[in-house]
Amino acid sequence: MPRRRPPTSGGGRAAPAPATRIGVDVGGTNTDAVLLENRRVVRAVKTPTTPDVTTGVARALRMLMTSESAGLAAPVAEARGSVEGRPPTSRAGLAAPVTAVMIGTTHFTNAVVQRRDLTPVAAIRIGLPASASLEPFVDWPDDLGAIVRGEVFMLEGGHEYDGRPLVPLDTAGVRAAARRIRAAGYTSVGVAAVFSPLNPSCEEQAAEILRDECPGVAITLSHQLGRLGLLERENATLLNAALVHLAGKTTRAFADALRASGVVAPLYLTQNDGTVTLAEAAERFPVYSFASGPTNSMRGAAFLSGRRDALVVDVGGTTTDVGSLRHGFPREANSVVEVGGVRTLFRMPDLLSLGLGGGSLVRDEPLSVGPQSVGYRLLERARVFGGPDLTATDVAVAAGLLDLGDRSRVAGLPASLVTEALARMRAMLEDGVDRMKTDARDEPLIAVGGGCFLVPERLPGVSEVLHVPHQAVANAVGAAIAQVSGEVDQVFQGLGREEAIARARRLAEEQAARAGADPATLGVVEVEDLPIAYLPGNSLRVRVRVVGDIARA
Amino acid sequence: MRRNAGRITYAPMAPLRPVSAAEIESLAIGAWILGTGGGGSPYLALLNMRTLYRHGARVSLLDPLDLADDDLVAVVSNMGAPLVGQERLTDPRTIARAVEMMEEYIGRRFRAIMAVEIGGGNALQPFMAAALLDRPVVDADAMGRAFPEAQMTSFAIHDLQMYPLTLADVRDNAVIVARAASWKWMERLSRKACVEVGSVAATCKAPRTGKEVKACGILHTTSKAIRLGETVQAARRAHRDPIEAVLEVERGLLLFRGKIRDVARRTTEGFLRGSATVDGLDEFRGRTFDLAFQNEFAVGWLDGVPRVTTPDLICVMDTVSGEAIGTETLRYGQRVSVVALPAPPVLLTPKGLEHVGPRAFGYDLDFHTVFGAPGA
Repeated sequence: MPRRRPPTSGGGRAAPAPATRIGVDVGGTNTDAVLLENRRVVRAVKTPTTPDVTTGVARALRMLMTSESAGLAAPVAEARGSVEGRPPTSRAGLAAPVTAVMIGTTHFTNAVVQRRDLTPVAAIRIGLPASASLEPFVDWPDDLGAIVRGEVFMLEGGHEYDGRPLVPLDTAGVRAAARRIRAAGYTSVGVAAVFSPLNPSCEEQAAEILRDECPGVAITLSHQLGRLGLLERENATLLNAALVHLAGKTTRAFADALRASGVVAPLYLTQNDGTVTLAEAAERFPVYSFASGPTNSMRGAAFLSGRRDALVVDVGGTTTDVGSLRHGFPREANSVVEVGGVRTLFRMPDLLSLGLGGGSLVRDEPLSVGPQSVGYRLLERARVFGGPDLTATDVAVAAGLLDLGDRSRVAGLPASLVTEALARMRAMLEDGVDRMKTDARDEPLIAVGGGCFLVPERLPGVSEVLHVPHQAVANAVGAAIAQVSGEVDQVFQGLGREEAIARARRLAEEQAARAGADPATLGVVEVEDLPIAYLPGNSLRVRVRVVGDIARA
Repeated sequence: MRRNAGRITYAPMAPLRPVSAAEIESLAIGAWILGTGGGGSPYLALLNMRTLYRHGARVSLLDPLDLADDDLVAVVSNMGAPLVGQERLTDPRTIARAVEMMEEYIGRRFRAIMAVEIGGGNALQPFMAAALLDRPVVDADAMGRAFPEAQMTSFAIHDLQMYPLTLADVRDNAVIVARAASWKWMERLSRKACVEVGSVAATCKAPRTGKEVKACGILHTTSKAIRLGETVQAARRAHRDPIEAVLEVERGLLLFRGKIRDVARRTTEGFLRGSATVDGLDEFRGRTFDLAFQNEFAVGWLDGVPRVTTPDLICVMDTVSGEAIGTETLRYGQRVSVVALPAPPVLLTPKGLEHVGPRAFGYDLDFHTVFGAPGA
């Protein structure tokens, strides 16, 4: 297994200011957008997420780019103090052309958690006769498996830990499976082979056969996502495969929205580690965007508060994410991370997600809060907006925590229901914060997100609850300040450990520079090395990830 | 129950205790802690057991004191590098095949099946075989924890015969080691075969009589592991500190609490060897704990001075959840507590220390138990 070392230098240190950037965060409830000039938030808008995503993003961009709506004219569903605009730039136009647009979204995570918009996936496991008793999807929750689990093909092939073939790949079996997949009409396939992170050739051959037999089918290969640990890597692969069509549709919608609002700039999607990747590359790996929403919130919270070490609670419309900032970056999860009840192992921040948000449904007898949420339909479904559903927002308005919509519409709620629902939400938040704390001493907590009015001013184990300017759009701010990364993951032969790592670092830096990073700002954020025994010439697999600021145009 | 071990008796209708699905879950948690970093995570074996139980299998536990002297017991384990087991996933059919091979070879039927080590995934291997072969599992093992090599068992310490051994691979490869000149030779021969088939294989060790199990086994360790798991689960449910609960129930000692700063690993000869450094937190702030491992944690140094060595159990646990952390899942930044648990007395004898003391792992250190030597 890999060795890890702490970063040799932080990627998040102060760097030459980027020119003009737009950061957008598409949440389940709201779409937030900010315009940054020289690392200053000059405009911020919040608008409801629309079912088609495009309309909401286009509206947010239009609001951001036009002078009359600049300065937060329409903070719909605005929470107490959540959106405060600085004065827009003095002239109607921008100080400089937009150099980059960064979009982050919790869309893909929400799809898994809420079990919607998922594509049934055919699974090809290559490794028989090994690993036969534990088939793909074996440890998935029943309800999610019922939606995603397609046909499972168990085939001979795979490798040993030292790179030797386990048994020859059953290419005829792959071809038969591919034909069956086409005949059955599957549009997405996940392929996982035993020890593919060390030798991806079986997965690559399978992909070739699939492309040949099933033109147009989406293929996710486990070695592209992963680390050693067959089931967890395969689970991430199958989730990715279940989301890949939604991801393609979503990025196309983002690009359309950009065009419609007249912004001409490269489009980036934000990633789990707080960096960005060009959209056309990112859409093939939606799982790498899984936690980008909360990651961006945390990065935004660090940026806006000036704190580098704190707990962060981000209350959105559907979920609340609790995380921990260390040196300005989210603490990374070092082990298996469950997504929607599925065990996965890939690059993720250490987060606790609670089914609580401003749009959470509140039910009486017996009392329940969430995890169902009205999501983006808050403006039509919530009582204070004349809708039929009782939400956490309605309870907050009834309790006087928030002034929103028509308060008279919740005046008739029983006082006991309001009190008990608030107590339930508070208990959920307290428990979440407590579980994420790794230190017995009190720590500061930064409350962000459109639903942060649900966070009480005092919590056990918390020294102070901080609110920051633009807290309701912290995630969009975090997206806008995101950096570009470069990553190399390959086997080096005949080099010492330090030499191999140095070589990998140079390659990663070159890649990041090609992706648009300013070489002077690059720093190493991750180093892993994995010796491969019994391959000739002292083989070492090295993974190095560097990040830096987007170079100025 | 009959407690007169050693007397020749008729084959009894021993009271078998059915093991519930919930107890299997607890066993997995407890065994992972007793694995002292090795033995492989029990998760995959647990998944297999869940599948088997879902399909109607039920396994019973047999008190070793209820074995007749001439009963024959299969001693099983999955052998190899834990890392390999994360890709080549354990399969009940392979371990059952190793047992059947042994029955064919010796021409006798096993009364029951037991684990060679209670630590890690191997605690569940006899259950996997038992579910397919419809035999009970003996509430005992031969280590009381996990160790990397075949001669590191109570049976070896008691100089019992170490052959024959059967080894099954998922492919149609089967190896029988008919004789070996010593436990070391048995380890060398079987390890070579194991490495050849990919550093993972199912093995059935030298069959043991009921008399041998009662006299030389480490008894009631399966139920101990179940109890340990239940302790952690109960603490979590009650929002109590699970580590404190473990220290209390197992009379353990907290050696260090901190954050992992560096991990170095290498896979050689089918073993995972390496070291880890932990920076202190809380009352240990400013201090450093170094760990060395060969599959399992073998030695710990506090600020450069040896603090704990094998055979004392060195358990590294997640400070918050109380979950055990294996040597293959150690990672930078983890918040861990290093806990020592008492070793079974047979391992602390001079003969025991020859087999499993620090020198057996290449460390020129004398063993001093952190619990105060009972005989000293």
